[in-house]
Formats: sequence, C-alpha cells, structure tokens
Amino acid sequence: MKRIITVTAFVLFAAVAMTAGRHRFATAAVPGGAEQVVKMTAKRFEYNPSQITLKKGVPVILEITALDRDHGFKVPDLGIRADLKSGEVTRVRIVPDRTGTFEFRCDVFCGSGHEDMAGEIIVVD
Amino acid sequence: MKRHLDRREFIQLAGLATAGIGVVFSSGLRGVSLAAAEGKEKDFMFLQMSDLHWGFSGPAVNPDAEGTLDKAIAHVNALPNQPDFIVFTGDLTHTTDDPQERRKRLAHVRDAFGKLKVKTHRYLAGEHDASLDHAEAFKEFFGQTHYTFDHKGVHFIVLDNVSDPTGKLGDDQIDWLRTDLKKLDKEAPIVVLTHRPLFDLAPDWDWSTSDGGAAIEALMPHEYVTVFYGHIHQEHHQMTGHIPHHAAKGLMFALPAPHSVPKKAPIPWDAANPYGGLGFRTVQTKDGADDVALTEWPVVKS
Repeated sequence: MKRIITVTAFVLFAAVAMTAGRHRFATAAVPGGAEQVVKMTAKRFEYNPSQITLKKGVPVILEITALDRDHGFKVPDLGIRADLKSGEVTRVRIVPDRTGTFEFRCDVFCGSGHEDMAGEIIVVD
Repeated sequence: MKRHLDRREFIQLAGLATAGIGVVFSSGLRGVSLAAAEGKEKDFMFLQMSDLHWGFSGPAVNPDAEGTLDKAIAHVNALPNQPDFIVFTGDLTHTTDDPQERRKRLAHVRDAFGKLKVKTHRYLAGEHDASLDHAEAFKEFFGQTHYTFDHKGVHFIVLDNVSDPTGKLGDDQIDWLRTDLKKLDKEAPIVVLTHRPLFDLAPDWDWSTSDGGAAIEALMPHEYVTVFYGHIHQEHHQMTGHIPHHAAKGLMFALPAPHSVPKKAPIPWDAANPYGGLGFRTVQTKDGADDVALTEWPVVKS
C-alpha cells in the first residue's frame, strides 16, 4: 500500500487516487517526478532519520515506511498529520514556506516509549 | 434562582487550588444542589482516583512506585466521610507490550481496589491500559469502556477516548452520546467522566481528544454539565462555554503545567515534599448551597 499526502504552504491540498496491488494511491498525483524524496522509517519508538533539513520553498516528498505497527506523523506547527499504516509507505509532500525548526511526533499511542517518538524538520534558506 | 459561573468566578475557583488538602468550588453541578434543596434528592459525595500507572518504574520520579497506591487506598479508607462511590479515570496501569504482563497489572489493581471500604466503583480506561489492544484486556477485568449510570438524580456519562490509539471517541460513540442526551431534560445535572481532556488543552502534548469538540457540542444545550478527567497528572480547571472541566492529580508521577517547559516529562521526585503533586479528589454536593466542593487530598494523610 502506498499513500500520498501533499502539503503546500502548510495547507493540505493533495488529491489522491486509488490504485491496484500494493499501492493504495497513485503516485501520479506527484507532479513532475523531479522532486526530492526523503525516505524515512517509523518504528517503536523512533523515526529514522529523526532530523531532516529542507530548503525553504523547495518541495520535498517524505516517503515514510511504518515497519512494525501503526504510527502517526504529526507536525503541529506546520498543520501536517498522517496515519502511518503498518507495512505501508505513506508519502507526505511538503513545500516549506518559512525557515525554522519544527518538531514532528507520533500521535498514535504505540507503547512505553511513545512520548519520545519524535524528530524535527529544519528549514533553512 | 439560577446563576452560572462566570469567567471571573471560575478564575477565582481555579486560584483557590492549593497544595495538600485544597478545596475549590464549582457551580457546574449546581443542578444537583438545587435538586437537593427542593427535596428531590439527597446530597452525596464521590471520589476520583486517576492515573495510577501500576507497573511504572522510575526511581527519579517516584522511588515508592510500588507503595504509593496502597498508601492512597489507606488514606481513602481513613477519610472521616466515605464517598458513595469511587471513579477511576484511567491509566490504572502503565503500558506494556506484553499482553500477559498487561493482564497481570490489571489483576493487581483490581485486587488492590478490593481493599477499599467503599465497594461501588466505576472504571475508565486510559491509553496505557487500552490503546495497544483496543481495550481487550481492560474489558476482561473492568467491563465496558463507555456507559452511563445514575446516582441520586445525577446522570453520569463515561466516555472512552483511549481505546482508539489515535485518541478519539469515534463517530459511533458520539452518536451514542447524542442518543443518550436526547432522553434527558435540558436542566438535568450531568457529569461526564473521561480520561483525556475533551477540549484542546495542549494537542502537541497529546492533551486533547481529536473529536472531543463534537462531544462538547452535543453537551452544550444542557445547562448543568461538569466534566472530570485525568491524563494530565495535575489539578486543572477550565471552562468551555458554561461547562467546567476538572483534571485530577495522578497517583504515580506529576507532570508539568501545559507548555510550561519545552518538553513534557515527569516532574522529579522531591525528597523534601514526598508524593508532592500526587493525590485524589472528592466531590461533595452541598444541600441548598450554590456550589459543590472539590477537595484535593494528598496520597498520605497529613
């Protein structure tokens, strides 16, 4: 299964389409194919990588695989959240429109280290 | 005469909260007092215990993790006036990935609760009890996770915002709530019990219910509603419209005030003030008075 969530200027606008096989949604919703892809994994109780540096105004797709169970991916200050289904790849498109450090964390209770399952997105000029 | 608690009065209420045995007053349950004054019902007291986190280990925040619950039970049993019943607002156990260990912890607290003099108990799950198995083990020991009961003219509604690990009530439960509320008079006194706050206290600290606003919206037409909850391990009072929400202290470790520190973490144990920030609460309706008393009790009898 693969899903895509697109966020631009911190407002979700992606349209997604169903596909067959292991892909839940069509990657055709991603324009151009030239955008940077950052692969991430999520498992109890960590993201890898847990720190991502992005350039302001440059679109990026986070391709997050939940390895062990369901998790969440929430960036409160950017208005982004996604469900990460176990064994699936979830794609989150971000176009950062301001610099700064933005925490992301799991918001699906996943066990004793849930509170510490977090990371940060650093947006630079 | 009907009178609602206004913002200034509520701030005064919150400001009265003190360490040790603190008493605050809330008009949110005044419908109960009115009923008592009119001779329809008798006053009563109930007790709230929350966030026991049995199974937690962390000497830096509670070196008496295995003794705190028994001390609290002893204090409850020593209260001069015993409550009509006790509500446990979730996180009875600390989370574990091992289903057998989870059941062992649930069995331990069930047996510990058997030592309480008062035998009428109402249980709620917390995310530590229920989120990893959708409350399967919790239900084996404590029954359903959302239900209603009535006591001396007050309608109690227990909501479950933890069995779903995303921390929401879900459409089915919200529909169930709306259906239940339709049966009630708009002036009927209602107490809502829940684990997480229904409002957005601090969503980035996981102190919210993602669809809690729908529950509050359903409750808003009702004149006398009071919400008691746990989860945040501290006394806290907040209004949403005319509805007061009262958070209880925990019985394992205290947590900092919302957004008072960069990162949420248990408050370290203070040897000069052991069990500080921990405790339980009683809620007493008062015959003919405008207010009900919320009394905060420490773990150990002082």
